[in-house]
This record gives sequence, C-alpha cells and structure tokens, in this order.
Amino acid sequence: MNTGIVRRQHAHHFATADQEFSASKLGMWLFLVTEVLLFGGLFVGYAYGKSVYPEMWHEASKHLDWKLGALNTLFLITSSFTMVMAVNAAQRNKAGEMNGKMVGYLIATIALAGCFLVVKYFEYSHKFHDGMLPGIYYTYSGVQNANAHYFFGLYFLMTGLHGFHVVVGMILLGWVLVRATKGHFYSEYYTPVEVGGLYWHLVDLIWIYLFPLLYLVG
Amino acid sequence: MNDHAAHAHDDAHDVPFLEDGKGWKSWLFTLDHKRIGVMYLWSVLIAFAAGGVFALLLRLELMAPGKQYIEADTYNRFFTLHGAIMVFLFIIPAIPSAMGNFVLPLMLGAKDVAFPRLNLLSFWIYGVGSIMALSSIVFGGVETGWTFYTPYSTNTSGAVVMMTLSVFVLGFSSILTGLNFIVTIHKMRAPGMSFFRMPLFVWATYATSILQVMATPVLGITLLLLVAERTLGIGIFDPALGGDPVLYQHFFWFYSHPAVYIMILPGMGVISEIITVFSRKTIFGYRAIAYSSLGIAIISFLVWGHHMFLSGQSAYAGMVFSFLTFLVAIPSAIKVFNWTATLYKGSISFDAPMMWTLSFMVLFTIGGLTGLFLGALGVDVHLHDTYFVVAHFHYVMMGGTVIAFYAGLHYWWPKMFGVMYREGPAKFSAIIVFIGFNATFFTQFVLGTRGMPRRYYNYLDQYQPLHQFSTFGSWIIGLGFIVMTVNLLASFKQKVKAPANPWGARTLEWSIPSPPITHNFHKTPVVTEGPYDFPVEGQAASGAEGKHA
Repeated sequence: MNTGIVRRQHAHHFATADQEFSASKLGMWLFLVTEVLLFGGLFVGYAYGKSVYPEMWHEASKHLDWKLGALNTLFLITSSFTMVMAVNAAQRNKAGEMNGKMVGYLIATIALAGCFLVVKYFEYSHKFHDGMLPGIYYTYSGVQNANAHYFFGLYFLMTGLHGFHVVVGMILLGWVLVRATKGHFYSEYYTPVEVGGLYWHLVDLIWIYLFPLLYLVG
Repeated sequence: MNDHAAHAHDDAHDVPFLEDGKGWKSWLFTLDHKRIGVMYLWSVLIAFAAGGVFALLLRLELMAPGKQYIEADTYNRFFTLHGAIMVFLFIIPAIPSAMGNFVLPLMLGAKDVAFPRLNLLSFWIYGVGSIMALSSIVFGGVETGWTFYTPYSTNTSGAVVMMTLSVFVLGFSSILTGLNFIVTIHKMRAPGMSFFRMPLFVWATYATSILQVMATPVLGITLLLLVAERTLGIGIFDPALGGDPVLYQHFFWFYSHPAVYIMILPGMGVISEIITVFSRKTIFGYRAIAYSSLGIAIISFLVWGHHMFLSGQSAYAGMVFSFLTFLVAIPSAIKVFNWTATLYKGSISFDAPMMWTLSFMVLFTIGGLTGLFLGALGVDVHLHDTYFVVAHFHYVMMGGTVIAFYAGLHYWWPKMFGVMYREGPAKFSAIIVFIGFNATFFTQFVLGTRGMPRRYYNYLDQYQPLHQFSTFGSWIIGLGFIVMTVNLLASFKQKVKAPANPWGARTLEWSIPSPPITHNFHKTPVVTEGPYDFPVEGQAASGAEGKHA
C-alpha cells in the first residue's frame, strides 16, 4: 500500500474487490431490514392507539405543526438527492484524487440533516413548553379526549428514535466525508459512500412514513 | 480472480491459530473467527455453569413445601436469573456464536467470515451485555421471570431496567452475528460450493441467522418500550393509561417464539452433521432437511399467539395459531424421520458425539410431541402455566439444544484444540446426563398434568414425592456435567494429539490440520462433491482418512 494508489484494494479474506463490495452491500441491506423491524414495533403501537382511540388520535395530531413537518420532509428528500449525487460523483472519480463534487454533495447532505434537526429542536421545545410530554409528564390541557398522552408518548418515541438515526447518519457521513477529502474513494472503490448512502435513504424513508402518519393522517 | 496471486501467503500466519499470538490482547483484539469462536465458547460455558447453579439451587428449595433455605422473593430472583442467563447468555449464542463462528467459514472453505471486525464487535457487545445482566443482581435483582411480562415488570421494584437493557444489548450481538453469517454464506463460499453442497449445519445456521436478523429487532423495540413504560409511563402496556398488557405479550412472543427456533435450529444442524458421519452413510433426504430448516424459520414467525391462548386473545385467533402450531411440527418431524432413515443400515459407531446425538433424538422427540399437547386449544387450558410447560420447554431446550451443543462440542473439540479427550468418560457422562435429565423432567410432566403451577415457591404436600424425585434427578445431571467437564479439561493435560480427521468426516473443516492455521486453508479448496459422499462399501475410500476408513 506504499505506492499511494492501489487498484482494487480489498481485505485479505476476500478473493476479489467485487466480492467485498457485494458482501458489504448485502450486509447493509440486512441491517436495514433490522431497522425496519425495529421501527415496526412502534408502527404497531401506533396502529393499536389509532384503532382504539380514533377521535383522540385525530384531535392530538392537530397539535403537531404540519408545516414544520413538511419543511423537514423537504430537507430529507433533498438530502437523499444530494446523497445519490455524491455516490454518482464517487463512481466517476479517478483514483487518488479528491473530488470536489463528491465532497460538496456530502457536505450538503450533512447540512440538510442538520437543518432537519434544528427544525425538530424547535418543534420539541415548543411541545416541552406546552406540556405535551410523554406519559406521566403530560400536562397539556389543549386536547379534551382521554389518553392523549399516549399519542404524544408515541410521537416522541418514533420521532426520537428517528432523530437518533439522523444523528448516527450524520456521524457516519461525516466519516465518509473525511475519507472523501483524502481522496480514498474512486470509481473502483467507493463502498463506504454506497453503504452510507443506503443507510441514509432508509433514514429518509422512515421519515416519509412518519410524516403523514403523525402529522397528516391523524 | 487474477489478482488472487497478489495476495501471497504471509508465512507468519501459517502457524496453528492457537499459537498465532500470545497474551490476552492477542485474543481480545483478534479478528480470527476461530479465536472469536473459542472466546464465545468459554463465555457460554461459564454462563451455562452459572445458570446451572441457579437451577440446582431452585430444585433444592423445591425439595419440600414451604421455606427450605431461601425466601420467596429470592426464589423469584433465582428463577429469573436461571431463565435469563440460560436463554440470553447461553442458549442463543451457544451454537451459532461459539461453534458457528468456528466451523462455518471452515465448512464453506472461506478464510474468515465476511466482516471480521463486526464479528469481534459482536463478541464485545456480548461481553458488555453479559456484565450488565449479571450486574442486575447487585442492583436489587429481577423477579419477573425471563419473559418480563407487564404489568408486573413495570410496577415491581428491582433492576428491571438494567436487565431489559442488557437483553437489548445482547440482542445487538445476536443480530450482528446473524447478519455476518448470512453474508458469509452468500458471498464467501469456495469455488464449487453450491448451496446444495453446503453441509446441513450451514443450512441450519443460515435459517437461524434469518431469524436472528428478523426477529431480534422486535424484541429490541419491545424492551425499549418497556423501559419507556417504566421511566416515562407512556402507557402502551398499561390499561390504566390507555394501553394493553396483552400487546406486550404479542410483541414479546413475536420475537421469543422465533427465538426458540434460533435456539433449536443450530442444534438440529449439529445433529445432521454427526448422525451421517457416525453412520458412515450419506444423509437421507439432504434437501428435505435443508428446506425444513427454512420451513421452520418461516412458520415460526406465525405461531407466537399460542403463548396467549388464555390471555384474552380472540377464540378465532386462538384457532388459527393452534393450526399453525401443528404446522410447524411438520418440518421438525421431517428432520427426525430423515435422521432415523440415515441410521437405517448405516454402520453406526457409538463414539461420544454419537452418544449425545442419540440422546438428543429421544429427548427432542419427546419435547416436540409434548409441544403439540400444548398447541391444542382444549388441552392447553388444562396444562397452561403448569410444570408440563416447564418440562416441555426443558425437553426441547435442554434435551434438544443443550445436548446437541455438547454433541457438537465433543465432535469439534479435536478440531478446535487439537487434542483428543478420553472416550470412556465422555460416553459415560452422556449416559448419566440422559438418565438424570429424564428423572428430573419426565417427573415434571406428571407434576404438570396433576396441576402443579410453574414458578410457585410453595406447593401442596401431595406434590412432594415427585418434586423430591425431580430434585434428585437434577443432582444426577449435575454429576454428569462435572464428569464431562473434567474429562474435556483433562484432554489439555493429556495432550493426545488429534489427527486432522479423527471421525472420517467429509466436510471441509476436517480436510485441514487440527487445530487449523490462522488463514484456514493454504489454498482455497475447490469443491467437487457433496458434503456427505462417503465411499460406498467395496469401493476404495477416496481421500477419507481416520479410523473408520
């Protein structure tokens, strides 16, 4: 590895770089399956609450700001686009060079994720202020129906777990960004960009379900 | 493949993996799947010993009605610890993580698992989770049982949060191992190793891994919800707050029923390997056994409701779950029939691994059939939450998985450590455990049908003789395992060197020296035949060495 540029580098236990690439991709897809199932439990909790308390659900969801939710949806969908462009730039990159486009798109993706969290912060602090807290800490009196704390409990669990994934995604893509600035990724080797992108799309996808279910369908 | 040559062998790694590096760092930071497997092996053996001690203590308390030597609360903490340690620290990782890690890449002709770093991470997470689980003893103990049923688990004092978080963490370890194995099986097979040339242990591990990846996250979120319920009172499982405790049971069993197949499937894989080798005969119904592993994996996701026949689930749901429960018995039966057919006209040798395997066949069959009693709606009303359930579960989990684990341990011990143990005591211990096991648990079937409820500290005088008998049986089991442990450990002192293939097996792990070198294979093997193509009598043995050849 002392020549600087090594074509098709791969770990010793793989026979070829292609094998390593497809193994890494399969690994990430499987991990995404576990993520879907992890959130699946919360979606079942949602389905239970909505079917047992439809009126409360409807009332409580009105207290979420759909405009902020829509803005965040826009942020995340755009970030998925910039992520795709980063992968695309990596695929076109030549060995050993830092690609300005790839770095730029990665920065944009991370920045959009940051915007999402800022909006989420304002949403959360507004709700904390009004006492729309989960479970036994719920003190808000704006929703007349019983058990409104259940809705907000799930709201915080679902968006909280999703927010945690956004933070993890930012760290992951930050690491990809650092390596991209060092020129590690090029047309023959861009596995971390690819699997990091896969992860990021899932984070986006989960939000695309959360937004209508919590803010719109109610 | 042309850049294969660029990766010329590093001669430093051509030493046996056990000697490749010394000191604790060379183990704790190793990326070698074999070393990780060995670390898992010692960890799960320690967990088994700890869980076993709690079991013996529980049986001792149950010698007679009323208090013998511990209070009722302590008794509850003991059975929770026994269950949680045995399930989460021992059985789930035992065969996949310890033996799977060791032999799976060898069986595939691979140099390592697909993600060696992830593999090590998985072991570390297991270590952290285990320490968390055991630390719950210090933080007040847990008395909910290993199922953590709400509302008791949300209201009781004690270290429920610590214990559930530890199970959450252990779940990650399980997921990462499963993920690693699926990718390894798909991507790391040696040239010529088609799916239907894979040893059946690999098939079983594959099915197990699918379950680990797809079921464990649901347990993860369930336990997070339980923690949120305890700390924030979100109310999802609490009727007073608008939730439903039965929802917890659905969530829990959606994981935990597939989880019992996470526990038994790899055991079935071990049995498939051993039974064909010690019958000197190609396995009967290779594809049937392979597909039945997948069949079990799929159907096992659809039977969770049979744990809730009496929990207020609708009668219609009960009927559907009962039907599906009967369905899942079919692939298990397919395996047992095929194993039996493999024995038929085989030239059977009763070495220690085979003794454990035959013990498995008897005990697992009893365990499986009694499961059908519990799956039948009407019968379950009578047997629900009695010792019958305890006995059934132990016949499957201990008579099945634990016995299969020790069968596998005796089978692969020479490969793992390069030494042979003494046959006599090994066979003897298998027989003692078999006798002690039946004395302990068959008695509990009878206790259950007579109405003895599970998890009770105290009981009516009429049950005492059977309880006492069961306790005596537990001592016999203990004795058997002591004999086995001493015998296995003695092999390190006797240093009788193991040949590469002491059993005359045909799978790839036996084609390399015992213990294997760090990189497993000097040259990636090219596979040209099935895993169990034993030479037919009268023909020359093609390459099979060992005492049976």
